[in-house]
Amino acid sequence: MEGRDSTMKIMKPEELMQHPEYKEVLIELLFQLADDDLIIAYRGSEWLGLAPHIEEDVAFSSISQDTMGHAAMYYQLLEEMGVGNADDLAHGRKASERRNAVLLEEVNGSGHYLHEPRYDWAFTVVRNYFYTQAKKVRIDSLKSCSYVPLAQVAVKINMELYYHLMHWKTWFIQLVNAPGEARERMKNAVAKVLDDFAGVLTLGSKGKKMAEFGLIEDEDLLKQRWIQAMKPIFEQTNLNLPNNFGMKRGNGRNGEHTADLDEAIATLSEVYRLDSLANW
Amino acid sequence: MPVMTSFERLSEEEKYKQFMERIEAGEKIEADDWMPEEYRMTLVKLIAMHGISEIMGALPEKEWVPKAPSLRRKLGIMAKVQDEMGHGQLLLRVAEDLMAPLGKTREEIMQDLFKGDLKFHNVFHMPAPTWADAGLIGWLVDGAAIITQTNMLDASYGPYARALKRICAEEVFHAQHGESIILALAEGTKVQRDMIQDALNRWWDALLMFFGPDNASTTGTSKQDITIKYRIRTKTNEQLRQDFFTKYVPRILSLGLKLPDETMYFDKKQGKWIYKQPDWNQFKEIIRNNGPKSKERLRLRELSYRNNAWVREALSGQSAAV
Repeated sequence: MEGRDSTMKIMKPEELMQHPEYKEVLIELLFQLADDDLIIAYRGSEWLGLAPHIEEDVAFSSISQDTMGHAAMYYQLLEEMGVGNADDLAHGRKASERRNAVLLEEVNGSGHYLHEPRYDWAFTVVRNYFYTQAKKVRIDSLKSCSYVPLAQVAVKINMELYYHLMHWKTWFIQLVNAPGEARERMKNAVAKVLDDFAGVLTLGSKGKKMAEFGLIEDEDLLKQRWIQAMKPIFEQTNLNLPNNFGMKRGNGRNGEHTADLDEAIATLSEVYRLDSLANW
Repeated sequence: MPVMTSFERLSEEEKYKQFMERIEAGEKIEADDWMPEEYRMTLVKLIAMHGISEIMGALPEKEWVPKAPSLRRKLGIMAKVQDEMGHGQLLLRVAEDLMAPLGKTREEIMQDLFKGDLKFHNVFHMPAPTWADAGLIGWLVDGAAIITQTNMLDASYGPYARALKRICAEEVFHAQHGESIILALAEGTKVQRDMIQDALNRWWDALLMFFGPDNASTTGTSKQDITIKYRIRTKTNEQLRQDFFTKYVPRILSLGLKLPDETMYFDKKQGKWIYKQPDWNQFKEIIRNNGPKSKERLRLRELSYRNNAWVREALSGQSAAV
């Protein structure tokens, strides 16, 4: 078990009854995973019809759809654990209850998706690429998660992730290597994303417990793997990869968020809130 | 020395005659085949308009993608709008091949759209203010699209016929996706049921206009005679509209909805639906980009095109530095 001190495996949600502390930490982890994917898929869906070209519109919306599907799988696991109905968990929670990284909630650029959107493609490429790589590192670790239903979900997600990662990596390298304006925009976007990237890599205050329970490996180890994966890309494109990243606008794992998340939740739950008990 | 084939030695008139014999025999014309100028121009206009309508058509539904009321609906509508963009891409590729001998590219298609020279379908100029509109677009607008596109499945131009085959297969799923949203609303609360009736009332005229005017006397122009002559389509606009009524009026009524046109009935003797004509002057205004949402949606597309110019420049390998 890759040096983990725990070899305990939990096969079914019913078994969690006997392990209250384990369950609490697992819930925390699942909310981080679910909320991260929900909000970045939501930001992706705002791009629909506005991507740099039609081919990209098709590809990007396919990725956002997969990612929303991943969020739905995590919320479903929470539902099976008795935490609440998956749709209520996705639509009905306030910002302070959400565990997503702050970087992922940030707006795509100025304007609204229906009025004068001036979205930033460089920021979108960098955010998605760096996040997808971090997600890949996490998913690889989750494949041997002690909570077997989550390990099974990780195996499914991993298959789609391969294409997502290839997609964003291709964009990243192409735009960073392009002369002039494109490279400048990309460099600025890299700086902006790294300013908040520690918020993506952290597993929050219960991270140590997550590792102890064999749910996922230690966050420092995961961070090193992310750096290992990114280093050759940075070298190849003549960019400087720092060893430490910022958490400029707060730690989303602790429920610290920006107004961007309030506005996103209001939009994504607009119809749901008309009547949250109705069948839609 | 280039060798002239026997076909190249024919006069234009003889080429035209052979061409008409081929399509009348049910043969398919391919992108590199000789074709009369009128045929090429008709196809370019038709297919570019169809392609750009798919792309502009993503915009009213897109409004509801981030807002869809459950995870399942979010996934469904994301997949649906993605398909529409995919259809747009597929059709623009077909149009691009036809435009290549004229020295034109996708850039011209986009510029023609922004200038107002290339029209997009009347339904996509209309507002979609509620979630029920998102359902109704899938159910009835896509339902209408299936009827018009099925009419061209055997089009004489091979690449278009093949693209339509794939598009129609996906549109069937879209209509089911829309119908599923509508059924959930129809079985729901009074607020939900009222939402569908409102949406139906709002979309009725646009749905009738979707099939185009009965004949040229209504709006001054109609391409239906040329497209029938060249075996691109078989049925007239009015026949398609009648097919739509026959398929959907019973379904609308079975959901407990009221037909927005109270005077409408099926005349058994004539074997056709008698209905109130929509305002065709309004139709003309709409397709001149003076519809309720025309400007706003064009603005979205144009703004994103300009906003991402640096990306296209970077991809084309040209330095953006001036």
